[in-house]
Amino acid sequence: MADKQTNIEKTQSDQMQTTERSRSQNVFVPPVDIYETDDEVVLLADMPGVEQKNVDITLENDVLTIEGSIESKTPEGYELVWSEYGTGDYFRSFNLSDNIDQSKVNARVTDGVLKIIFAKTEPAKPKKIKVNLE
Amino acid sequence: MLIRTYSPWSVMDRIQREMNQLFDDSYRSDRFRYPAVNMWTNDRSAVVTAELPGFSSKDIDISILDKTVMLKGKREIDGEKATWHRQERMSGEFERSFELPFPVEVDKVKASFDNGILSITLPRAEADKPRKIEIKST
Repeated sequence: MADKQTNIEKTQSDQMQTTERSRSQNVFVPPVDIYETDDEVVLLADMPGVEQKNVDITLENDVLTIEGSIESKTPEGYELVWSEYGTGDYFRSFNLSDNIDQSKVNARVTDGVLKIIFAKTEPAKPKKIKVNLE
Repeated sequence: MLIRTYSPWSVMDRIQREMNQLFDDSYRSDRFRYPAVNMWTNDRSAVVTAELPGFSSKDIDISILDKTVMLKGKREIDGEKATWHRQERMSGEFERSFELPFPVEVDKVKASFDNGILSITLPRAEADKPRKIEIKST
C-alpha cells in the first residue's frame, strides 16, 4: 500500500480518524523496509529526530505497533521561511506472520532509524508416528 | 494625484516568489528533490535543516559556493541475500542544491547531525548586513 519513497512528502497518518491521541502533534507514517533472511526477519523504520528512549514497541495478538515521539527543536529567534517537511510523531502497525518467534525480539535506534530483528521460529520437526500392528 | 494601494498579501506573495526562485531546480525535474529541507532565517544568519535518517555524517557532503548550498550523500541499504517484503525507504545517492537568501561567511558555517537530522547554521556575510546610515543635520 505504501509506495517506494518517490516524493519527499511525508505521509500523514490517518490513525487520527479511529482513535484520538492525547498529544496534539502531527503524526506521520514512517517508511519501512522489511526483509527476511534464513534466520531472521528485519524491520527498518525511518523516524528522524526520534531517540531510542522515545520509541515504544508493542507486540500484541500478532500485531506489532511502533511509535516514536520527537522533542521538537525549532531554532529560537528565527523565522521559518521555507518548509518542505513537517515534524511530528511517528506511528505504524503491522500484522506479523506466523513464522516469527515473538519472544526473541531485538530493537535499536541509530541515527533516527529503528531496527527490529525478529528471530524466526524453528520449523516444525516432523514427528514419526509409529503404527502399532495389533 | 497618485494613489498607491498597499496590500499585505502582495508582500507575502513577493517573499514566496523569491523563495520559490531560490529553490527552483526544476531543470532537474526528472529527479525528485531529496532530502526535504526547511529553512529558517533572521537578519544575522540562516539555519537549514534536513531529515536524513540512517545516513552517517561521513556519507553526507555539504559544499557552499556564493549563495548556493549543495547537499550530496548516499545510503546503502543492506539485506543482500534476503527476501524483501517491503522496500519503502530511500536508498542510493542524492544530490540537491538550493540558494540562500544572502551570502554567508563560509568559514563560520557549522553543521551538526543528530538522530538523523542535519542542521546547518550559516552566518550572514558581514559585508551583506544592512548598515545604519546616519543623517547629518546641517
